[in-house]
Amino acid sequence: MIIEKTCIVCPIGCHLKIEKKQNSESGYEITGNNCPRGEKYALKEMINPERIVTSTIKIKDLKNLMLPVKTTDGIPKDKVLDFMKEVSNYEAIRPIKRGDIIIENIYGTGVNLVAAKTIN
Amino acid sequence: MKNYDLVVVGGGPAGLGAAIKARENGIENILVLERDHELGGILNQCIHNGFGLHVFNEELTGPEYAEIFVEKLRESKIEYRTNTFVLNISNNKVLDIINDETGFEKIEAKAVILAMGCRERSRGALKIPGTRPSGVLTAGTAQRLVNINGYNVGKEIVILGSGDIGLIMARRLTLEGAKVKLVLEIMDKPSGLERNINQCLNDFDIPLRLSHTISDIKGNDRVESVVVAQVDENLNPIKSTEEEIKCDTLILSVGLIPENELSKSAGVLIDSKSNGPIVDENLETNVRGIFACGNVLHVHGLVDNVTKESYIAGEKAADYIKALA
Amino acid sequence: MFDVIVIGSGIIGSYISRELSRYDLDVLVLEKENDVANGTSKANTALVHAGYDAKPNTNMAKFNVLGNSMFDKVCDELYVPFKRPGSLVLGFNDSDKNTIHDLYEKGIKNGVPGLSILDRKQLLELEPNIGDDVIIALHAATGGIVGPWELAIALMENAMDNGVSLNLNTEVIDIIKQESSFLVKTNQGEFESKILINAAGLFADTINNMVSNEKITINPVAGEYFLLDKTAQNLVSRVVFQCPSETSKGVVVTPTVHGNIVVGPDSIEILEKEDKATHKDRLDFIKNKALKSIKNIPFNENITNFTGLRASSTTGDFIIGEAKDVKGFINVAGIKSPGLSSAPAIGLYVSNLAVNILGDVKENSSFNPRRKKPLVFNDLTDDEKTEIIKKDKKYGNIICRCETVSEGEIVDCIKRNAGATTVDGVKKRVRPGMGRCQGGFCMPRVVEILSRELNIPMEEVMKNSKSSYILTGRTK
Repeated sequence: MIIEKTCIVCPIGCHLKIEKKQNSESGYEITGNNCPRGEKYALKEMINPERIVTSTIKIKDLKNLMLPVKTTDGIPKDKVLDFMKEVSNYEAIRPIKRGDIIIENIYGTGVNLVAAKTIN
Repeated sequence: MKNYDLVVVGGGPAGLGAAIKARENGIENILVLERDHELGGILNQCIHNGFGLHVFNEELTGPEYAEIFVEKLRESKIEYRTNTFVLNISNNKVLDIINDETGFEKIEAKAVILAMGCRERSRGALKIPGTRPSGVLTAGTAQRLVNINGYNVGKEIVILGSGDIGLIMARRLTLEGAKVKLVLEIMDKPSGLERNINQCLNDFDIPLRLSHTISDIKGNDRVESVVVAQVDENLNPIKSTEEEIKCDTLILSVGLIPENELSKSAGVLIDSKSNGPIVDENLETNVRGIFACGNVLHVHGLVDNVTKESYIAGEKAADYIKALA
Repeated sequence: MFDVIVIGSGIIGSYISRELSRYDLDVLVLEKENDVANGTSKANTALVHAGYDAKPNTNMAKFNVLGNSMFDKVCDELYVPFKRPGSLVLGFNDSDKNTIHDLYEKGIKNGVPGLSILDRKQLLELEPNIGDDVIIALHAATGGIVGPWELAIALMENAMDNGVSLNLNTEVIDIIKQESSFLVKTNQGEFESKILINAAGLFADTINNMVSNEKITINPVAGEYFLLDKTAQNLVSRVVFQCPSETSKGVVVTPTVHGNIVVGPDSIEILEKEDKATHKDRLDFIKNKALKSIKNIPFNENITNFTGLRASSTTGDFIIGEAKDVKGFINVAGIKSPGLSSAPAIGLYVSNLAVNILGDVKENSSFNPRRKKPLVFNDLTDDEKTEIIKKDKKYGNIICRCETVSEGEIVDCIKRNAGATTVDGVKKRVRPGMGRCQGGFCMPRVVEILSRELNIPMEEVMKNSKSSYILTGRTK
């Protein structure tokens, strides 16, 4: 069976075709990608789909202004909504530098949640 | 009256890129004007990632992409003013500006780069019939309220238009707990990137209906429902296909229009198709020494392309200024 | 006990209240909405008719011609935008020719000054975009355009400056006629007055029928409109009507006092007094009709569409005066077009009527006919701009890009008497969101300012009506 997916790694959005192949190294044959990241993405989608999460958190003592945050890499797709709930409990304290770690090693993935903006 | 070699109107990605490039090309006396309280333009509310793959070879969020340019601007010691509104530009490049600290001022420039960006098409431009309740807003306005101010705009949402901002907002609102019931696209194919259909709609099982539009809005105070209809080959709603969908919010993502009121004040001619200034290969308008780049010129799909265009404008404006000396 | 209670704060209620504030009286205005001028006064063609249209010897004829002549003074006193560009009624065929001559004669009978009949050549000199089939026109030099809600708001503000009280969000539930007073029961408690004035617009029948046995009926008649961008402003410089015929009243193409173009309305009697929906077929009808008057109307520069509801009484004329069976109860009902044009004359007449019924009323010695001049940043000279920002830096913060509205103007319009409490209330007063982006950029800022100035959470800021919430809570 061939599974078709639009790659989400970059705006090009390659049409990936993924086929289970016992004899290949990864167990899948992937075509349609323009770069190696597409192949990596396709494999992950088959085994353990991940998503980068971008959101906002509160900033202490600032009304009507939120801090944008992002995960440094993908986290398990099925944990995204739970993670959103967890994120809402955090509050950043100024000064904040872009890249400051807000949550370290999310769900043991080694991925961090970091500030995406500097706010003094 | 203060004099500058170059005044850049707009501190979003186009203005930042153009100013930085003009400095790299030897222009000393540059001023960037920004009406918002911070530089970066609309990127500040685009907290999703997907920016910078072409310029930086990595995937950044909007605020990060903006901040890298703002840092460069500061390192290059380029003067900028935020909270500063340009009221008028004359055809001899005198700008009327106001700022809440420095008041009203006239400044003169040898060259001007127009980088004011664009605005969203509104309900009025589409002439969607129905009542006029609260809960009808453009995707960008919703994005500002949710991402910058931290407020939710509705609980049950229908989105008209499958442009990227609409798709991105479908995901964003879902992550913030709203139920996005449906995305509608009047054309027979989506207008946003396919990867956004995948990661913003498919990931959350949000249905997309192509060749559909809104034919009526109901509710006197707040939106109570919208009527959805398939369109015929002339894009008119087909009555027999109408379906009423309960919701409290209608988000419009139906296109962007370059914002050229200031350009017109300077006598810059506007292309009736793109709604942007008519420019030559140097991005110079019909008014000598006034250049344009970014979404004020035409609406770009990718910010990376705005940056590339802004570099050309910055370089050519620098050439123009140097040739005057 | 109040001397007078006025029910309704549209243009009529506001005008009457302001006239009453010239006297030493306790006046209370009850308004069911959260702002003044929120009904018919907010959505109409914004015209000051010359007065040739009304049947001679009707209330409409009497009040319109007099009312028209009073606009210059009141708009000057209250700093309300008003212009007299003149108006034209276009004729397309021989039958229209007769109608135009009839209108001219009627106008003379009604005492309308400045009327003349123009042929196509003369007309083209005035309005070059006139349609190809136009052969004749009636020109009325006194035809005017005004900011209708601006006038109502300014009148109420001035009335309050002079001592009148206004209770918003107060809906009349019942009225008890007592021996020499009225007990007015509302959702906010009971109020008593010697005189009761019914200026409840579309709901004037409900109010009348609570207290008088001479029942009246008000039917809502809906008219839909286009509002075009200021970029279209060179299209016409006068109010352009079409000759009324057996089958149709014709639609209007007119400039507004702010430089936009309004096209409309049609006229359809509807059932629901709150139904302000627009409809594609009706807008298409208006569009096609209007294109007969004026060529090349740029409908692609449409900013918004809206529906206005006229309060039409079954008598066909304004119902103005003390109810025959209820002493002290004054109806001002069925005020459809030319109601706005008649408002100054109606306000004066009804105020005098109330004063006569009360008898022995002193003048208000501290009455000031002027309100504090609102500062319109966009209209200031460069030096004035510098000056005002120095005094208050909020004027240096532009909130609305399309209309160049500063934070200073927004704060001012919230803080005045009869001040804004909603986003649309701010929009009505100082115009952020009236422009081509329709509030896309400025709405979040206006919500912030309202929240700050009224000291309420952002979520409690309404767009317009009491339940028109904008935000549904914090994300975090």
